[in-house]
Amino acid sequence: MTTGFDTMTTEIEAPADWRVETRTKLSGIFAVVSLVAVVALAAAPFLVSRGVVQDLFFILTMLALAQNWNLLAGYAGLISVGQQLFVGCGAYALFGLVILAGLDPILAIPLAGLFAMIVAAPTAFFAFRLYGPYFAIGTWVIAEVGRLLFAQWKMLGGGTGTSLPREATKEMLGLSLLQDWFGMRSSAAADALAYWLALALAALTIGFVYKLLRSKQGLGLAAVRDNETAARALGVDARRLKTAIYLLTAFLTGIVGALIYLQKARISPDAAFSLTDWTAYVVFIVVIGGIGTIEGPILGVIVFFLLQNAFSSYGSWYLLALGALAIVTMLFAPRGLWGLISDRTGWELFPVRRLLKGGPHRQDDKGGPHG
Amino acid sequence: MSFIDTLLQGVLLGGLYALFAAGLSLVFGIMRLVNLTHGDLIVLAAFLILLIVSTFGLDPFLAAVIAAPLMFGIGWLLQYHLLNRTLGKDILPPLLVTFGLSIVIQNGLLEGFTADSRRISAGALETASVNFGGINAGVMPLVTFASAVLVIVALNQLIYRTALGRAFRATSDDVVTASLMGIRPNSIFAIATGLAMMIVTVAALYLGTRANFDPTAGPTRLIYAFEAVIIGGLGSLWGTLAGGIILGVAQTVGAAINPEWQILAGHIAFLLVLLLRPRGLFPRAVD
Repeated sequence: MTTGFDTMTTEIEAPADWRVETRTKLSGIFAVVSLVAVVALAAAPFLVSRGVVQDLFFILTMLALAQNWNLLAGYAGLISVGQQLFVGCGAYALFGLVILAGLDPILAIPLAGLFAMIVAAPTAFFAFRLYGPYFAIGTWVIAEVGRLLFAQWKMLGGGTGTSLPREATKEMLGLSLLQDWFGMRSSAAADALAYWLALALAALTIGFVYKLLRSKQGLGLAAVRDNETAARALGVDARRLKTAIYLLTAFLTGIVGALIYLQKARISPDAAFSLTDWTAYVVFIVVIGGIGTIEGPILGVIVFFLLQNAFSSYGSWYLLALGALAIVTMLFAPRGLWGLISDRTGWELFPVRRLLKGGPHRQDDKGGPHG
Repeated sequence: MSFIDTLLQGVLLGGLYALFAAGLSLVFGIMRLVNLTHGDLIVLAAFLILLIVSTFGLDPFLAAVIAAPLMFGIGWLLQYHLLNRTLGKDILPPLLVTFGLSIVIQNGLLEGFTADSRRISAGALETASVNFGGINAGVMPLVTFASAVLVIVALNQLIYRTALGRAFRATSDDVVTASLMGIRPNSIFAIATGLAMMIVTVAALYLGTRANFDPTAGPTRLIYAFEAVIIGGLGSLWGTLAGGIILGVAQTVGAAINPEWQILAGHIAFLLVLLLRPRGLFPRAVD
């Protein structure tokens, strides 16, 4: 007796020339271009003035922060307005380790990131209990708690803050090598070192985000974003994925915070936990550039830097205009500048969409941009 | 005796926080919109009252009566022309637009009124107090608390006893079905935000007469309002009052121990509630 099941094949036999690809011709060219760009940027301290290097440092650190926030808000759906907590914790950990424990600043940077991640664990525990939009304000409240607690830490100057001792930064790891090899003055060498770390950090962050989005976890993330219930039904552990992303971005944000304050060499709770500097600007960069794309924050940080240079002397009018620009973008071009560009040209410099190649059907452009 | 005194001051301060929170709670309940501009709108209303008081030389209470319909108009326009465009399944646009708006309002106020700290003078009322068997309570804090209770009673009456309230509840439950029944959700949302702005005006009156305020004072008020809502539980206005009281008591007790701990103690109370009762003390809403 046949049951009828015998004739069913368990696997669809795919033609041999079918394959799933994420790479496009453009992305191949862009990969080469970006490699050249990174090398060129790495040579900057030898080619341009210290002022330009400091500007580039600012751009790169803001870019790293923006990529982290973009991963949180644009991909994991965690709209945090409390990222200043991790910048502040990273920065304070650096100052604490250098001033109180006498550690070398360069060694203290990764530990500062670790500290930010440790702080992120209880933060996630509390904030993840809050529904969607309330999560945003919840993270903000916890950042405020962080600011108030660090303002109580009298050994690091309390509410007024403190400075990094000059000797600590002068004898930083690798600094004497730079001075010997390239004949740099110690202040220029310190700038160059911080700049290279920022460049490495920004490049690694972009690389990490790109790699993550192309991985199985990235696919799960896209599924959760599109429909959380359906994704969970398919076995995607949304909560675990979101927690992992939250902790990782806290780690990276903490490192960026430590690096920024190593360069500033002066800290106060109000500055290190500033909502405007470490969250509002970052949100602006991501929204203007295009949330939910890797290209967006890169474009956004350039626009932000140009605006900052041209108009920041107008003070509150400038900030008012930034806020208005973000509102207009969100209303009329919710995918930002990069969204406008890629809609016209179809460009994807960091393709994360999986394309089926070689099948009998022609590939069309329908479907979500990422996933 | 001093402990009871501290407790009473905390409860009365809670009235102010409940006033901050009631508008936020109303807007969230009806359209699931978390307005990050809420605190800045309170400060905006306080400046509006200050402007009316200083221009026409009016009593602050009378000035608030004039400011309330103006704030209703601002809220209505804001919701109808800006925020309604952002509502939808995605929670990102409303959050980011109100975040941007918060920066716009703060910096607009900075340009218009400078960064100076201001205060609305309420005359003799400011220092008046009544004595309850050895404990003194200021008249202004008492009036604030009474106003908070009154606002919540009035809101509950409006929501559960009137046609407008029925439309609010219907839209909150199911926008599509409500619009099939002839309700226009967009104007319901605009009216709700307008109403929230009238409550904001009341809150601003007491914020301005009881303490100093400046253009950047908004975000902190938003945080207090938010904490009161979460402590009380989403969707319950009496819960919001209870949340405000708990926050107020925590702050005054914290301040009594060490003045630097006032704000921190409030935050810690909030986190404790979140730890022990994640849905707040008196939850009502399902989501």
